[in-house]
Amino acid sequence: MRIREIQILLNATLLCGADMLDDEVASGFGADLMSDVLAFTDSGTLLLTGLCNLQTIRTADMLDISHVVFVRGKCPDESMLQLARECGICVLATSYTMFKSCGLLYAAGLPGGERDDG
Amino acid sequence: MDESLTLHFTVPPDDFTRAGEASSSTKATLKQLGLPADVIRRVSIVMYEGEINMVIHANGGEITVTISPDQITMVLKDAGPGIPDIQQAMQAGWSTASGAARDLGFGAGMGLPNMKKCADTLDIDSTVGVGTTVTAVVRL
Repeated sequence: MRIREIQILLNATLLCGADMLDDEVASGFGADLMSDVLAFTDSGTLLLTGLCNLQTIRTADMLDISHVVFVRGKCPDESMLQLARECGICVLATSYTMFKSCGLLYAAGLPGGERDDG
Repeated sequence: MDESLTLHFTVPPDDFTRAGEASSSTKATLKQLGLPADVIRRVSIVMYEGEINMVIHANGGEITVTISPDQITMVLKDAGPGIPDIQQAMQAGWSTASGAARDLGFGAGMGLPNMKKCADTLDIDSTVGVGTTVTAVVRL
């Protein structure tokens, strides 16, 4: 699913990575615990999270996750966006809840991205 | 790459904003060296989990990464409280992390089990009141 389509489905604001709107993601993973993201997420997955601090971006970078959506109206600060730009990570933000965001994307055909061995 | 390359980092205590800088730097070096993406990812996860653990539990510490032609060795050494029961600490979900750590998205008790899963070998040497040294190897 294209990031551009995800932005429309979630009525999301693009915060950085305008050149990545035509990227495609094969799956999604929603979590607020970075411990779980680190343990269960595959690379190339769209990360949806309500955790809004520098470690969210660092975790994404460590896992080669290039697309992050902040849910529930969480708004990353400039230091987070700066790190995201340095890491080449596209950041979106939506006012929708985690459940609604994941549900909309799943219904539109984006599968869950957890590892089988997780 | 014929010879080994050694990286050394000091992880500052109680500074969550800087936690992960050593892992990011290591990842950048491995990318520059052109190592396989899967190896870089596994090293990144192991080191980042270890670095976060150092900040959460041990007032920081020292990390030495040795990149050899056949493997990458990470030695994470701290002078923290030590782990009384390593077997218990290795259980998924077991955690002694503070509320502050959990607020930041960590402390789910997945760190050490995830490190073990991503590394080829993981050795933990810990003495209560003295500190912990974690040695992890990812083979190329």
